[in-house]
Amino acid sequence: MAERKSVYQFGYRRSADQDSKSPVRRPVVIVGAGPVGLTAAIDLAQRGIASIILDDADRIGEGSRAICFSKRSLEIMDRLGVGERLVEKGVTWKVGKVFLGEHQVYLFDLLPEAGHKMPAFINLQQYYLEGYLVERAAELPLIDLRWRNRVSAVERHEDFVRLTIETPEGEYKLDTDWCLACDGARSKVRDCLGLKFERHTFEERFLIADVKMSADYPTERWFWFDPPFHSGQSALLHRQPDNVWRIDLQLGPDANPEEEKKPERVLPRLKRMLGERQFELEWVSVYRFNCARLKKFVHGRVIFAGDSAHQVSPFGARGANSGIQDAENLVWKLALVINAEAPESLLESYDLERGQAADENIGHSTRSTDFIAPRTKQERVLRNAVLQLAPHAPFARGMVNSGRLSVASEYDSPLSTGDEEVFAGSAKLGLPVPDAPLEDREGRHRFLLQALGADFELLYVKNGARPNVPEGIRLTVIGEDLFDREGLFMQRFGATPGSAFLLRPDHHLCARMRRYDGNRIRNALARAKGLAK
Amino acid sequence: MTMLKTEPSFPNPDAAYEMLVEGHRGVSEAESAALNARLVLILSNHIGDLAVLKEAITLAKKAG
Repeated sequence: MAERKSVYQFGYRRSADQDSKSPVRRPVVIVGAGPVGLTAAIDLAQRGIASIILDDADRIGEGSRAICFSKRSLEIMDRLGVGERLVEKGVTWKVGKVFLGEHQVYLFDLLPEAGHKMPAFINLQQYYLEGYLVERAAELPLIDLRWRNRVSAVERHEDFVRLTIETPEGEYKLDTDWCLACDGARSKVRDCLGLKFERHTFEERFLIADVKMSADYPTERWFWFDPPFHSGQSALLHRQPDNVWRIDLQLGPDANPEEEKKPERVLPRLKRMLGERQFELEWVSVYRFNCARLKKFVHGRVIFAGDSAHQVSPFGARGANSGIQDAENLVWKLALVINAEAPESLLESYDLERGQAADENIGHSTRSTDFIAPRTKQERVLRNAVLQLAPHAPFARGMVNSGRLSVASEYDSPLSTGDEEVFAGSAKLGLPVPDAPLEDREGRHRFLLQALGADFELLYVKNGARPNVPEGIRLTVIGEDLFDREGLFMQRFGATPGSAFLLRPDHHLCARMRRYDGNRIRNALARAKGLAK
Repeated sequence: MTMLKTEPSFPNPDAAYEMLVEGHRGVSEAESAALNARLVLILSNHIGDLAVLKEAITLAKKAG
């Protein structure tokens, strides 16, 4: 891989912990200051829990890493205070087009309905996201971010973890009640624990180039099978901010990665695609993709999140987006456990729910990669048959797979209380609740997701007096605190007057009922905290 | 559960077979393979039942 130029530079600072005679004990240490580790630290800090982030680098580098951030990630980022900044800088898109040769065979619109604060997707270079998160973390005194602190050994104990950390000024040790391993696909923590990370590697090689040019292509995801400029292979073109375009060219299994990275090979390929346009290469590299996951994400007091726990191929934008959702799923549970409001066993639901998500993501990205790069001649015949039929038959469009783009995972979870009544609408048990445009008491426009708190929340549709909700639940009454002028809340939740919806701190729906029932709510809350017998 | 039908469906099986054969007349081997692939997809969607499709694949594999 080429040398990454640095986009943001940070400095190493000595910590008092390095001068301590015996290891200092901390509640949470996070390894890795990428999107996942930073999300976890900020969310923990917003819940009043201090953490230390250790990162072996001292900068955020450029390079072709994640670029597509999903609606769900943006909603999480909004709660952490950087959502609007991301959307402002990012390129918003929702339409994807798929071509066979020169002809469009399929078009998809990822968010056909209005009334959501966040768009279906933005494209943004990962370094901007990380930069904004680092700046947000710096506003929170509960976060201690230590650059050039490289974990070199991990010792597991009954109720704590001892880390050995190398710095430019030598080694020190740190004890932590909880260690979150957010240190990426080549996780050092995972190696230290000797955990198996069985990979399925795809043979196919891909060239990924970020190209700077002014072009008038629309802000859409364009994917070609067998384009005229790159015969027999696939190609992807996707816009990023600052006039940077992500180009992804399939090279076949026999491509030589060192040769293919050389400008004399790359430039002619790109010229065939881009024609006479002037462009500059920002970044280029040649990849083969892996799918892998740890069998378990929770290993006593060491918990894995993001690429350290699971890895996918990039078609579908399921890497960084799933890591951000891991962090959000984990943090509220860990906060309850640390505050002794829930048993440690609640963390098993992190393993279960995010394990389901990882399997789903690996399944999707594997099927996409198989469609894009068929393994045999006959598979290619079948794949091409789908593409040929797509313009003529709607069923075949549904089979065209240039990447199934990341949406929030629906948890089949023991934390959910089963429905006793039937609800229409897009809200579903186990899914994050849909957004809706509302109005507050002062008549100001307010999106539902903006109005939600960080703890358990009951959304109650006014039907007489305010219910007396159990302790630990924040109550919002639709028709009293917030008003559903457009009727979209009622429609999306399948709600009727008196309906009650219990949301977890990550805004996933965990119970609902047509009439408020204090006992059912109490039981549902206990269940969602892992306290159910 | 729906089962794969293996009893005769066409009153005139010869006519159905002839139709399939005629579809392949005068085309190259590659075109013929591509045609078969498109047919399999169209007919699979028409069946619209994963269990039946699975049974059909199993039978086709067993017979070969």
